[in-house]
Amino acid sequence: MTGEFDQMYREVILDHYKNPRGHGVIEGADAEAEGQNPLCGDEVSIYVAFGDDGETIDEVKFSGRGCAISQAATSMLTEMVAGRTATEVATLDKDELLEEIGIPLTPVRLKCAMLGLTTLKVALHKAKGTPLPQGLAGFDELELT
Amino acid sequence: MAVPAGTKALDARALRADFPIFEQLIHDKPLAFLDSAASSQKPRQMLEAMTDFYSTSYANVHRGVYVLAERATAALEGAREKVRALVNAPDVREIIFVRNATEAINLVAYSWGLTNLGPGDVVVVSELEHHSNFVPWQYIAGRTGARLAMIPLTEEGELDLSSLDEIAALGNVKVVATNHVSNSLGTINPVEKLVAWAHDHGAIFVCDAAQSAPHVPLDVQALGVDFLAISAHKMCGPSGVGALWGRSELLLAMEPFLTGGHMINSVRLDKTTWGELPHKFEAGTAPMAEAVGFGAAIDYLNAIGFDAIEAHEHELAAYALGRLGELDGITLYGPPADRRAGIVSFNVDGIHPHDVAQILDMQGVAIRAGHHCCQPLMQKLGVAATNRASFYLYTVQEEIDQLVDGLHAVKKVFA
Repeated sequence: MTGEFDQMYREVILDHYKNPRGHGVIEGADAEAEGQNPLCGDEVSIYVAFGDDGETIDEVKFSGRGCAISQAATSMLTEMVAGRTATEVATLDKDELLEEIGIPLTPVRLKCAMLGLTTLKVALHKAKGTPLPQGLAGFDELELT
Repeated sequence: MAVPAGTKALDARALRADFPIFEQLIHDKPLAFLDSAASSQKPRQMLEAMTDFYSTSYANVHRGVYVLAERATAALEGAREKVRALVNAPDVREIIFVRNATEAINLVAYSWGLTNLGPGDVVVVSELEHHSNFVPWQYIAGRTGARLAMIPLTEEGELDLSSLDEIAALGNVKVVATNHVSNSLGTINPVEKLVAWAHDHGAIFVCDAAQSAPHVPLDVQALGVDFLAISAHKMCGPSGVGALWGRSELLLAMEPFLTGGHMINSVRLDKTTWGELPHKFEAGTAPMAEAVGFGAAIDYLNAIGFDAIEAHEHELAAYALGRLGELDGITLYGPPADRRAGIVSFNVDGIHPHDVAQILDMQGVAIRAGHHCCQPLMQKLGVAATNRASFYLYTVQEEIDQLVDGLHAVKKVFA
């Protein structure tokens, strides 16, 4: 592969893109939300199942369509948040996910990378009333109850 | 599209010297700028006209009695005359400066639409519209209780005119609004036919010419449209200025869009009366330097010749369709080369347009990836996004070759 592309499309990104973890739907999920990236029309749906305590995240799945960065970031996210509580994830610093992604991102691609995390936080907000992420562009369908 | 006999071909390689943007490397590679449909690059002649205006003739226009105000007014009104000639409008007072084509269409949708639309009325747009000519109509239809109807597309990405009878049966057709050339597929729409149909039904026709004005000769009288919207930034002019042309009898009967300074005749505590055309629709300080730049851009394009520009772009579209067609796993959208402008939308099987565009950027190739402000069209095509390469008078074949080479690299990364 040409060296200059390695930085952004490094092996781990392509691996998560081609073999996404947590891809699918949880029927009867405890929490779920849909998100769109208004810049490119990409969409993601996030499904969360809590453990017996109703607070710890047992499993996260996602469906939708998007670019390698958004899909890989969401795939990584499903692994990152399993076993954590809703409250912890609601305030998860985006830098933690960005470190995991580990590639330099332009502002536009940053939005791709954040689509899954933002949608997950919205799902948790709807189910648990946890704080919403800042800047909810693209979530205009959301009914904040 | 046939090239008129005697059309002088343009020399894109020579014209590139007019565009300072090409004097740099991007990621250490020559810039292949294939995104002119989003916005064009700027020739020195236009930039110098704006700088000269700011340096020698700048003051607020109208009313001022000193030399600079007179010069500035003459420059603004001179630019208005150039726009009039560009679209062959009968009267210069019918040319209204706005921010861009989107604002022009909003002006019509609000000022004409809010007064003239109501329940039982039908507003007709097409599946091919840019959001600029879709969302304002959807919104105003929603506010007035009118119904929004869509002209569907054929498989080749052209308007399916056989649907018009069905649309007419939906109610009282009041407005038909379509683009002249699609920003997404490059489809050239049969505006004259649509105008005739609209007028047969007593409707007005609003033409979004943002994507055709940079490339083809325009003539509002020959097209027969009632309103026409253009943006300077797509045609070598600056951002921040565009123009609306409208028939004076319609403009005169319309309420203002924005109110405030300059657009008045007299202001009294109990009542304000509106100014004459075009001032009634130009509240606030005008985009003066931008209008001057717009005028200089029109001069620049006229010197090259719209026939030559159009022919050059058809040649490039045919070349690009041919080269992209040689690649495996490429889906091309839109009509054949002879029925489209210099725009080619495509997808690489299994690779998201964002990723395609990102890897192309690393090779100095600038294309657009996304929904191109055409989400209804993307839904029709069944995709979230496409890649779009678009061409202009300064585009050379080597840039398309650079694109094709870049696509090989894209496929290697995702192999």
